[in-house]
Amino acid sequence: MAIYGTALLCICLLIGMIVGKLLGLAVGVDANVGGVGIAMLLLILACDRLQKSGKMQPPTERGVAFWSSIYIPIVVAMAASQNVVAALRGGPMAILAGILAVGIGFALVPVISQIGDSDSTEDSSSSLPGKES
Amino acid sequence: MELLELMEGVLTKYSLVTAFAVIGVTVWVSYFLSERLTKGRIHGSAIAILIGLILAYVGGATTGGRQGIADVSVLSGIGLMGGAMLRDLAIVATAFGVRMDEFRSTGLTGIVSLLAGVLSSFFVGACVAYAFGYTDAVSMTTIGGGAATYIVGPVTGTALGATDEVRALSVAAGLVKSILVMILTPFIAKYIGLDNPRSALIFGGLMGTTSGVAAGLAATDPKLVPYGAMTATFYTGLGCLLGPSAVYFVIRAIVS
Repeated sequence: MAIYGTALLCICLLIGMIVGKLLGLAVGVDANVGGVGIAMLLLILACDRLQKSGKMQPPTERGVAFWSSIYIPIVVAMAASQNVVAALRGGPMAILAGILAVGIGFALVPVISQIGDSDSTEDSSSSLPGKES
Repeated sequence: MELLELMEGVLTKYSLVTAFAVIGVTVWVSYFLSERLTKGRIHGSAIAILIGLILAYVGGATTGGRQGIADVSVLSGIGLMGGAMLRDLAIVATAFGVRMDEFRSTGLTGIVSLLAGVLSSFFVGACVAYAFGYTDAVSMTTIGGGAATYIVGPVTGTALGATDEVRALSVAAGLVKSILVMILTPFIAKYIGLDNPRSALIFGGLMGTTSGVAAGLAATDPKLVPYGAMTATFYTGLGCLLGPSAVYFVIRAIVS
């Protein structure tokens, strides 16, 4: 039944969030450290197990897949409930800080991609040097 | 006008249902515009996110609230639909079908990108703060935190005892960042090689804003979402950890 899949997804998220909070407490910060990431790992592991043992029925899969397919609409709703006014009201300093932070982030993506490439040359998959001009 | 009141009553009472209907129509219009006006060059979801942000501005400007269009009472369900709870549920669901070994091989790169992302944001934010006359270490670190994410900023500011004004500025910087990542990612993606799981993972670690990364990757290629989201989810925690400690000490040592 679809609810089995949805319940599995929800249980993974709840465990992940609790572990993330505990990790935050352990390192002394008031934030969730990697809760969503941990939940994703749990879901991947659980699905892998269930699929290999043949216990993952198609209806169960649909109970997870639905939430994955509703993802973009949820993101649109998230965008529509952002505090855009406050972002603009922050004035030139906030806007400049935001722009530069984004700019440096974009610029570093190819840099770090290459660092990793040279680290793992033995797994000759596609990491030819200089493939991206 | 009784009919209007009656409708308003239903829409407000069934707010989440209203939200699904409104967002569904918005997405449909966006994909229509994408196909007709841009011949699919600008992805439908990118347009949908942009419309969402415009709605958020209109909502915020007319109601004076902090939740964008969700502060309009008949549309309050959009706040629930796009809130942290359902967002995180949907992000985790995108991991369904991802293979474990795709993550395993990128562990170290993920950590490198996280550190580079957090530290470079603090650096840039602190420099901008200094240039605008906030030359004390507490304000510089707090605004630097805002350049990381809109959660790291106020958390750092509270820990260090920054002023209300500086904390508000740090939130604004983080919001600007998150919105820019949402809008720009699909256009920049091809120039920075953001087209495979590995670079998405690095991108998530460098940007860190979960909402920005989630929306930016969705508009670029939905298949990349779980990878970017995976590293981004560690970013805010790392920022809150390093901000009031290591980063603050370094900045204090430099400016004083």
